[in-house]
Amino acid sequence: MPEPRVSPAGDGAVAATGAGGAMDLATSEGAARERGPEGPPVPRGTAPGDAGPGGGGPVGRPRGLWADAWRDLRRDPVFVVSALVIVFLVVIAVRPSLIAGGNPLSCDLGRAQEGARPGHPFGFTAQGCDVYTRTVYGARTSVVVGVLASLGVALIGSVLGGLAGFFGGFWDAALSRVTDIFFGIPVVLGGLVLLSVVTSSTVWPVIGFMVLLTWPQLSRIARGSVLSVKQNDFVQAARALGASSTRLLLRHILPNAVAPVIVVATIALSTFIALEATLSYLGVGLKPPAVSWGIDISNASPYIRNSPHMLLWPAGALAVTVLAFIMLGDVVRDALDPKLR
Amino acid sequence: MAERPAEPILEVRDLVKHYPLTRGVLFKKRTGAVRAVDGVSFELAAGETLGIVGESGCGKSTVARTLVHLERPTAGRIRYRGEDITRLSGRALKAVRRNIQMVFQDPYTSLNPRMTVGDIVGEPYEIHPEAAPKGDRRRRVRELLEVVGLDPDYAGRYPHQFSGGQRQRIGIARGLALRPEIIVADEPVSALDVSVQAQVVNLMERLQAEFGLAYLFIAHDLSVVRHISDRVAVMYLGRLAETGTDTEIYEHPTHPYTRALLSAVPRPDPAARARRARIPLAGEVPSPAHPPSGCRFRTRCWKARERCAREVPELAVPEAYRASGGPAAHPSACHFAAEPDEPDEPYGTGEAGRGA
Amino acid sequence: MALLEVTGLHVEFRTRDGTVPAVSGVSYRVDAGETLAVLGESGSGKSVTAQAVMGILDSPPGRITAGRVLFRGQDLLTLKEERRRRIRGAEMAMIFQDALSALNPVLTVGAQLGEMFTVHRGMSRKAARAEAVRLMDRVGIPAAKDRAGDYPHQFSGGMRQRIMIAMALALEPALIIADEPTTALDVTVQAQVMDLLAELRRELAMGLVLITHDLGVVADVADRIVVMYAGRIVESAPVRDIYRRPAHPYTEGLLESVPRVDRKGRELYAIKGLPPNPRRIPPGCAFHPRCPRAREVCRTEVPPQFEVAPERTSACFFWRETPGGTGAPDGTEMRGGTEMPGGTETPGGTRAPGGTEEGDG
Repeated sequence: MPEPRVSPAGDGAVAATGAGGAMDLATSEGAARERGPEGPPVPRGTAPGDAGPGGGGPVGRPRGLWADAWRDLRRDPVFVVSALVIVFLVVIAVRPSLIAGGNPLSCDLGRAQEGARPGHPFGFTAQGCDVYTRTVYGARTSVVVGVLASLGVALIGSVLGGLAGFFGGFWDAALSRVTDIFFGIPVVLGGLVLLSVVTSSTVWPVIGFMVLLTWPQLSRIARGSVLSVKQNDFVQAARALGASSTRLLLRHILPNAVAPVIVVATIALSTFIALEATLSYLGVGLKPPAVSWGIDISNASPYIRNSPHMLLWPAGALAVTVLAFIMLGDVVRDALDPKLR
Repeated sequence: MAERPAEPILEVRDLVKHYPLTRGVLFKKRTGAVRAVDGVSFELAAGETLGIVGESGCGKSTVARTLVHLERPTAGRIRYRGEDITRLSGRALKAVRRNIQMVFQDPYTSLNPRMTVGDIVGEPYEIHPEAAPKGDRRRRVRELLEVVGLDPDYAGRYPHQFSGGQRQRIGIARGLALRPEIIVADEPVSALDVSVQAQVVNLMERLQAEFGLAYLFIAHDLSVVRHISDRVAVMYLGRLAETGTDTEIYEHPTHPYTRALLSAVPRPDPAARARRARIPLAGEVPSPAHPPSGCRFRTRCWKARERCAREVPELAVPEAYRASGGPAAHPSACHFAAEPDEPDEPYGTGEAGRGA
Repeated sequence: MALLEVTGLHVEFRTRDGTVPAVSGVSYRVDAGETLAVLGESGSGKSVTAQAVMGILDSPPGRITAGRVLFRGQDLLTLKEERRRRIRGAEMAMIFQDALSALNPVLTVGAQLGEMFTVHRGMSRKAARAEAVRLMDRVGIPAAKDRAGDYPHQFSGGMRQRIMIAMALALEPALIIADEPTTALDVTVQAQVMDLLAELRRELAMGLVLITHDLGVVADVADRIVVMYAGRIVESAPVRDIYRRPAHPYTEGLLESVPRVDRKGRELYAIKGLPPNPRRIPPGCAFHPRCPRAREVCRTEVPPQFEVAPERTSACFFWRETPGGTGAPDGTEMRGGTEMPGGTETPGGTRAPGGTEEGDG
């Protein structure tokens, strides 16, 4: 019969709230797994504090969650590989001309479907465009769509979810119902319906669509994260001091609640890249003359028997990119998760 | 310790806190209420320590949270120096908050892991800039750390680099920053190791003497409460069962619940094993959503009679002792407080046959 | 033959930052029908020892590097996992602090209890169910028959702990290890649960290892105590002796720091400093930085177990200066004991000089 708390624990993220009691928790007392000497898991355990006699002092370097995460990541080969791939992608997205001198839109029908040859290592498309150049330029679309959609989703989702979680009440309940509705919409089907009326060939409608349909996922994560951080006594302590809601949110809740959002946004990034390709393949995403792996895959698919190279290069690039972001999201999650320490 | 001055600085009258139980998805319908605190009155004098003991769910933490305005009381009044502070808001509330501070139970969750110790202890000055001029804050933070027995040079470190006892010291330093008159301490030592508890209790006593603090000390450890308290209040299911000086409560309890509670405390003396007479309590604590009528303790009480189900016992000095005085003459919320009987046989279980 | 005999147990944890010793040479024994209390603060290694004995130590990161765990004369550490599993539950059982997480939330308690009988005893479901109800009744759950169909979360903390006890008792084991069984409970409930445990122990003549940090609970139920600090046993003694005349400065400090009526208004005695970080256990005697009796030798040499009296050891070079060593009655006076003068203690003078060393792995 615990005393009721104002807000029920949120769905989703679980906070590493320490258990009370001057006792060790039943498992792995003391030494194991970066726990503090007094038992409850240290939220971002590093060296548990101990001290010399008489009040004593802490030990270990001052490190925070990010510093710890960085230390872990640096040593992780998966992180190093995926980070290198991503850095490379970003560089060629910014300056594709660095490695591809040609113009992705200048095509020579006379060379349609031709295979690799000096100067054109990936061969030519059905329209006689250079596959290598198009694949390189396609990275720009993918990276731009992925990054912008992730940022948009993270921003909208965490602001809405975070505020709902913090203030609770009617708007929280309303938001929860709205997210429920969005969860019911199949993304690809929604794209087919909504984007088919768009004629613009820029990336914005696609990004906008993705943000519109996937922000509820992030808002749930953010809401849960805020709810669990809100339960912590340090938030109550600040409230008892008379701190304003702005201070509570920015100073106490945001820094502690942001990690799960970042992790999910990173993983979502790969989904967005794949989704852009899917939508473009289906003809509702980007439209020519935009350069996109999805478009190229779509254009190449009728010729897969005779000229597989037209499909394999953009598809391979897509797979590698998606994989790199998934792996990055994975290792970032592990590095930021105090429970795995 | 401190002799009791006539004028209490904190006066709590008929404090009530109900948490509504609701049903419904978007539009909540009220279906009942958890009566966490249901009519609690006490006062606290300057420099005094009032201990509140009770088991989990008795509402003692809720009382603490209403005092520091983490919860708004459903009814009742909290007066600080004669001024009703329950309905305050904005600037006036902020001013009052400076004088009533809280120390939390769990040193692991009560410090923001993303802030340095210096920032944590200095945050009160940021929220209340009038309390200390900007240039002076650093020095004050260092001073505070020193006062609670920590090296001021650790101001740049993060909480996770400290042990539980040290973190509790940091929490106490934060509580002291605004020089409050009252500190509400909710189980401040129960999360600490045995050998560290004594250090923190001593620190709190030293600070009380040094700064003239009044403590509301909430704990379930009866021996610690006795050690630190001038007066003790026993809570059961949202109400006070008994109040008095520590000797009155511990040596001459008149409320059956207090007696049972005291008898259940294991004593670190194996020789007392044979002598001890434990009063077993029947059944379990009823739900605060549906408390028993009349006396809340009657469902588990061996003294319970029909009257207990009908009448709510008042927290008052029992009639029989009123004239005679002595240590038994202290407020007790039992109709039969003056009947010094013990349960002589295992009494009935639960509600059965108790006129529920 | 002792029911359980742990000798020279060493456990360490491998972490990212190196190897951390959690238990360094712990030895104790429990006889049938006896209650042994293992007293210590968090990080002292008391729970890790129990996990190693039960064979439920998380491994990795935990690793038993030395020692023996004799259960009825059989070394459990060399036993095949299959055989050990059969001993676990049937012959030795464990009770945890947190009953809610130790019980399966999606099974009714009747089903969980019954499972013990269908799996281990090959009973039919119906018979197992009846047996489960009988057990629930036995541990004092009112209306056991009706409540067997309830899920763990529908019970209060005290009742859940009773169910855990019922579960541990189901196969009538010879040994029960209880790891802080009442720490999460309120005092009145704690008293009920401890009474129940003591009563069942007596009735079934089980051995009980009670792991706790609570000096009060220990005094109430234990026959003998071992006190652990930083992975080592610092003192072991019959329960009466240790409270009246502790023979190790750490035990002395713990007992001193308990608030007492006659000390009200004065400062509590407080052991200075903090419990050591398992990663940086001080050299020599681990307690020396906090010890008022520490001298040069304590900084460099690990104290062996000195025999203070029969059945009584202390890991302190200067145990003779402690109440337990001098036989001084200061302990009795301070601890409010109105007891007869020590029947069991032998004055320190009769011991061989320097004490008798016992193996400390």
